[in-house]
Amino acid sequence: MTNKIKTWFSTGEPYIWLNAGAVSVSIIMVAGLVILIAVRGLGHFWPADIAAFDYYAEPDAEPVALLGELVDEETVSRARAGKVIYPGETVTRYLIKTGNRDVVGLDFRWVLAAGIQNKSFPEDIIVVERREWGNLYGYLKAIQIDGKTITGTENLWELFEQKVEESNATFEQIRYIEKSQIGKINFGMERLRLKERQYELDGEKTPERLQELNAKRDKFQSEYNQLTERLSELYDELNRNSFVASLSNGREVTVKFLNVVRAHRPNAMGVVEKTGFYFEKLWEFVAEDPREANTEGGIFPAIFGTVLMVIIMAIMVTPFGVVAAVYLREYAKQGPLTRLIRIAVNNLAGVPSVVYGVFGLGFFVYFLGGSIDQLFFEASLPAPTFGTPGLLWASLTLAILTVPVVIVATEEGLSRVPRAIREGSLALGATKAETMWRTVLPMTASAMITGLILAVARAAGEVAPLMLVGVVKLAPSLAIDANAPFLHLDRKFMHLGFHIYDVGFQSPNVEAARPLVYSTALLLVILIITLNLTAIRIRNSLREKYRAAEQG
Amino acid sequence: MQQNKADDIIDNQESEIKAVSDSTDSTPTHAMNLSSIVNGHEQTRLEDENICITVNNFDLFYADKQALKDINMTIPEKKVTAFIGPSGCGKSTLLRCFNRMNDLIDSVSVTGEIRIQDQNIYDKTVNVADLRRRVGMVFQKPNPFPKSVYENVAYGLRIQGINDRRTIDAVVEKSLKGAALWDEVKDRLDDLAMGLSGGQQQRLVIARAIAIEPEIILLDEPASALDPISTLKIEELIYELKQNFTIVIVTHNMQQAARVSDYTAYMYLGELIEFSDTSTLFTNPNEQMTEDYITGRYG
Repeated sequence: MTNKIKTWFSTGEPYIWLNAGAVSVSIIMVAGLVILIAVRGLGHFWPADIAAFDYYAEPDAEPVALLGELVDEETVSRARAGKVIYPGETVTRYLIKTGNRDVVGLDFRWVLAAGIQNKSFPEDIIVVERREWGNLYGYLKAIQIDGKTITGTENLWELFEQKVEESNATFEQIRYIEKSQIGKINFGMERLRLKERQYELDGEKTPERLQELNAKRDKFQSEYNQLTERLSELYDELNRNSFVASLSNGREVTVKFLNVVRAHRPNAMGVVEKTGFYFEKLWEFVAEDPREANTEGGIFPAIFGTVLMVIIMAIMVTPFGVVAAVYLREYAKQGPLTRLIRIAVNNLAGVPSVVYGVFGLGFFVYFLGGSIDQLFFEASLPAPTFGTPGLLWASLTLAILTVPVVIVATEEGLSRVPRAIREGSLALGATKAETMWRTVLPMTASAMITGLILAVARAAGEVAPLMLVGVVKLAPSLAIDANAPFLHLDRKFMHLGFHIYDVGFQSPNVEAARPLVYSTALLLVILIITLNLTAIRIRNSLREKYRAAEQG
Repeated sequence: MQQNKADDIIDNQESEIKAVSDSTDSTPTHAMNLSSIVNGHEQTRLEDENICITVNNFDLFYADKQALKDINMTIPEKKVTAFIGPSGCGKSTLLRCFNRMNDLIDSVSVTGEIRIQDQNIYDKTVNVADLRRRVGMVFQKPNPFPKSVYENVAYGLRIQGINDRRTIDAVVEKSLKGAALWDEVKDRLDDLAMGLSGGQQQRLVIARAIAIEPEIILLDEPASALDPISTLKIEELIYELKQNFTIVIVTHNMQQAARVSDYTAYMYLGELIEFSDTSTLFTNPNEQMTEDYITGRYG
């Protein structure tokens, strides 16, 4: 028997099993993680049915009518549940999203399963997403248009939907005027102010120039006045219309259409309708701005910020890392000094990322940014331009964080280029630089991209250093817009990783934020996978081309 | 210490070569073979030739080990000169001195001079890249670049800043024809050069070398990695090329040297033992060492 085991061990079979087991466990864990965040994150957007029921907090208490959506369910021991009158060893309770934060104060509450009576799913329950105060759950009672009240007609809901659509179109216009047109005027005005200040600093503020500036300013002002007039017209139009809804406790509230994002009647929707609604919500999540302290709406600015930051980082880190690797491998005399530098570079990859954040803040933001402000943006001081955390500094900090990876990968690639190829090029009268440029570097391209893949994967997931050098909870505007110079590297930006942290741990409304943490995490994972797959594709096509040469 | 090592190397080589000659046991036929090959040659005399390369008192050291010892020779223009000798005798090292390929090794130092058309190529004022444009080289293993067939041949021109499509087209065609490869690749000029067979790759590399019209072509065992048919093609090609170029070839294969070369140098342990026209060297060598080597009684 022991002999058999011995021979079994000596065949190496147990080790194969061990390795295969380790691989399986890793794969299961990764897949499990992705599935978990996918299920939790994607489920959030499904329009769940809304239940109406009477709730008895204690068996003999007065019943309370409640409306809400079941979010979570748990069964706990009596001791944990606190004072519960209902009998039983364990207590089952539901987390219900009841909405109506403006009236009740909280939009989530725990109810005991035993206290629920007369549960039903009335088809006329409406769910209204509002720009403020979260969701409204209730029954549509009346619509007020220009002071006239319409009530009780057959197609009240159709009229309601139509009004929501209209008001959203008007709201779109308002937002366009506020963000784009007035934003442009503000941008222009700020430029004029800086110009005037610059003249003042240079001692060239002549009356003619001042007059010229004032003329432009007047032009902006009159445009601005026109726009504000138009805005107040639009607001008036929106403010004229409202609707009345009765809540679960019988109270009636009046809500202006201005405040409505969208409304639906989940209990009356079929599967097809629900699916359509689901994708609408999903699209909103990906493509819209956040609302209500990031707990509602979309995360487009965070996606945009993450991608832009990674791209700028890649643009900076690649040339820098490649040049460093080429010098180290091809030109520097190999000796103790180059060995030391290599060790230092490798160790740099192991430094905790928050240390890079501190470095970025001290060196880039305060020293470099401060100096740039002194030299080029004197007019806007004391308000800093580059002397404050921003997109450029965040990208640079991450570039430093990831440069060792690119250097190591490129050096590896350079060492794989066979001597024969270099000699062949030199023998044709190419100088060393020409050989590098025309033959060696193209053959190293796949290795460089491998380095870049690793750099991107690390940079996109990094949060800690970014908190010090440019990420914010809510950025007022994107880093790319229609105002010259179009790319604003000095602006602060939003980032998916930070968004997860912020929504998950800094949110005032924890229950509402939780699903968004999963959704955002899923999106971040998908984003990183997409970036990586793109790079891997490019690398593979390059590698295919050079594989034969490397073997030679 | 150094000396001991060198002796060891020699011992090894001796035993190897003995083993080879013992096993084949073909000494007489072997010698006859060579003389029958060279009998076909027209009689040439070094004194009548135009001189292309002159080597004067040339020494080369790897760190403090001397690899070439006081080499003196003249290589004639538009002829094929072969270097033969046992492994480690310095023939490749000497070849690589003609285009200063040895400069790539940090520890190499040289004394003496090598003159090409009356210019000392080890002079400080010499531009090495220009020198290599004049002295092309083909290596033991085919080393085409990971580019298309066309771009491989165009490489040297592009480096010189020539980018005119029509000029390059003409040169590529001419060079590929010159390397007897045109008919085989004319329909796949845009394919990767890696897809060609070994023999084709080696001819491509030759085409690449002749595209920039050097004066001299150095061949470092150009056929040693090829099959017999490819070898034959390369040898025919060498015969063609000597119309326009001075050719220096290093080879391990004595029959090959006898077949393709007009002049042959026999080297041993970094020294030039004998240098004369090929038919003399193979039929009537002056030195006993040379005779021993070519007849297989080496040592």
